[in-house]
Amino acid sequence: MRRRDSCRSREKTRGRPFFFPSGITKRVFSGKTVTGLFATFSIFFVFLIFIFVFTQSIPVFTNIGVTNFILNHKWLPTAHPPSFGIAPMILGSLLVTSLALAVSVPLALFGAIYISEIASSKVRDLLKTTVEVLSAIPSVVYGFFGLVVLVPFIQRFFGLPTGQTALTAGLVLAFMILPTMLSIIEDSLRAVPNEYREASFALGATKWETIKNAVIPAASSGIVGGVLLGLGRAIGETIAVMMLSGGAAVIPTSIFSPVRTMPATIAIEMGEVSFGSLHYSALFGIGLVLFAITFAVNFIANWIISRKVRRVAR
Amino acid sequence: MKVTTVVVASVALGIVLVTVFLVGIRTNEVGENGSNIQPRSINIAGSTTVLPITQLAAERWMNAHPYDTINVSGGGSGVGITSLIEGRCDIATSSRRAKNIENERAGGRLVEHKIALDALAVIVHPSNPVNSLTLEQIKKIYTGEIRNWSEVGGPNLTIAVYTRETTSGTYESFHELVMRGENMSSSVLTTMSSGEMRQIVSTNPNAIGYVGISYISGVKALAVNGVLPTKQNILNGTYPISRALYMYTIGEPSGLAKEFIEFVKGPEGQRIVEEKGFVSLT
Repeated sequence: MRRRDSCRSREKTRGRPFFFPSGITKRVFSGKTVTGLFATFSIFFVFLIFIFVFTQSIPVFTNIGVTNFILNHKWLPTAHPPSFGIAPMILGSLLVTSLALAVSVPLALFGAIYISEIASSKVRDLLKTTVEVLSAIPSVVYGFFGLVVLVPFIQRFFGLPTGQTALTAGLVLAFMILPTMLSIIEDSLRAVPNEYREASFALGATKWETIKNAVIPAASSGIVGGVLLGLGRAIGETIAVMMLSGGAAVIPTSIFSPVRTMPATIAIEMGEVSFGSLHYSALFGIGLVLFAITFAVNFIANWIISRKVRRVAR
Repeated sequence: MKVTTVVVASVALGIVLVTVFLVGIRTNEVGENGSNIQPRSINIAGSTTVLPITQLAAERWMNAHPYDTINVSGGGSGVGITSLIEGRCDIATSSRRAKNIENERAGGRLVEHKIALDALAVIVHPSNPVNSLTLEQIKKIYTGEIRNWSEVGGPNLTIAVYTRETTSGTYESFHELVMRGENMSSSVLTTMSSGEMRQIVSTNPNAIGYVGISYISGVKALAVNGVLPTKQNILNGTYPISRALYMYTIGEPSGLAKEFIEFVKGPEGQRIVEEKGFVSLT
């Protein structure tokens, strides 16, 4: 409170740049207006992108039909006649993403519990820094590493015709989304007030019971948030998945099938597709479906979190 | 730091940068006081296979001749020749010879300029004992009729079939010269570039793929119908997965069009041809 006041008073005395008269500066550049403007601006851009993707994808939906586009299993965009069915890509994306989450959620959750609740402060600092460095590695590096190391290994280990499978992509993706997830979950565990832990210990709970019954429920919205952020990144990740999943547009039959994801299809084909063609529009259609999926995920997440909060409040 | 100062400072910095940028462009445009030189401009349209060559050649030409503008666009060989006939471009690039009917529509005045050769090598892992396949066998591998190396005289291994993304020029060439109108099986695997294709095939004993012939180090290029993809076999036309690339003009070219075609056929242009993974004429 005090800091805010001092800031205000300083603004009054010398808070204006030399080339604007005081009145204009006050009105146009007041902090509220400026931040409001920037906030509107960023939302405006997201909205613009959505409108653009939507209008570009209209031809494919009117020519082919929404259900046919989503349920058809043949993707032959340059054949005569062409066929635009994205069911293999939707299933491919879902398979790779769920594999990634299946591996990374337990790792992130238990890693975060260790760092936040159990580790000494020295160990905690070391681990936290290392994890944050991991999140700074560009995804193409993960992809190349996977291609050179993991792909031949998976092929030999399981005796497959190719090491580029949904499993390979899912594994590398798991380690790509792990740092973000771990970091957010750890933050939300740390944010649980110490009184909760003390109260739990006072009732005779062990350390593990305290974590399980007091800390995790109190941090649940942060945990769900972290997992969903990871999910969002996983479903949109393009380059690494493209390099590791094999890119065959067929409906996957097992975790050892090569798959192609939705973002990979856009990235593979957008480069040289002829502008304004149905194929071009179909790629935007994939983008729109991706949009719809992430919106749905966010919506469900908010619903889960708000329900949780209400139950805790009761 | 106060928000207002930061905002005003960044806006001011932005204005300065934009001004510098615009002024920079202006001086570039005026520069070198060459008042006698007339700005010239040509349009080139056509084959997406030839596009990388034309694009790089046009860039190099425009760097050396700042008053010339060369607009390059794709669209396909047929589109290129049609727009040449309709006068919408000065040079059409094509990955096939012009058809008789096209020449008739141009009043028999189409002039052909061979600029490069395009050849694809079919590649496998160096340990694969298969040395040669027929065109028919390659096609059946890509349609999914042949699924195991033992069917073509190799070991008992499932074939991992690799193709390029359907919008690439390499795919287009392969599709035309090998598949001849048939669709590949949907279960073929896709790679994003010739480099990635080579990387994958060089580490996977099950794999088969195809690349431009400048990408065959570290992998084994197969003989097709018994002919190896050597430069000599490509130049004398015996290697089956190859074709010539052309530029077409209406009548003998003149001015910038003539100079540019000569540039592409000359030593520097042929170096670009090799750089982009094609086979030079010499």
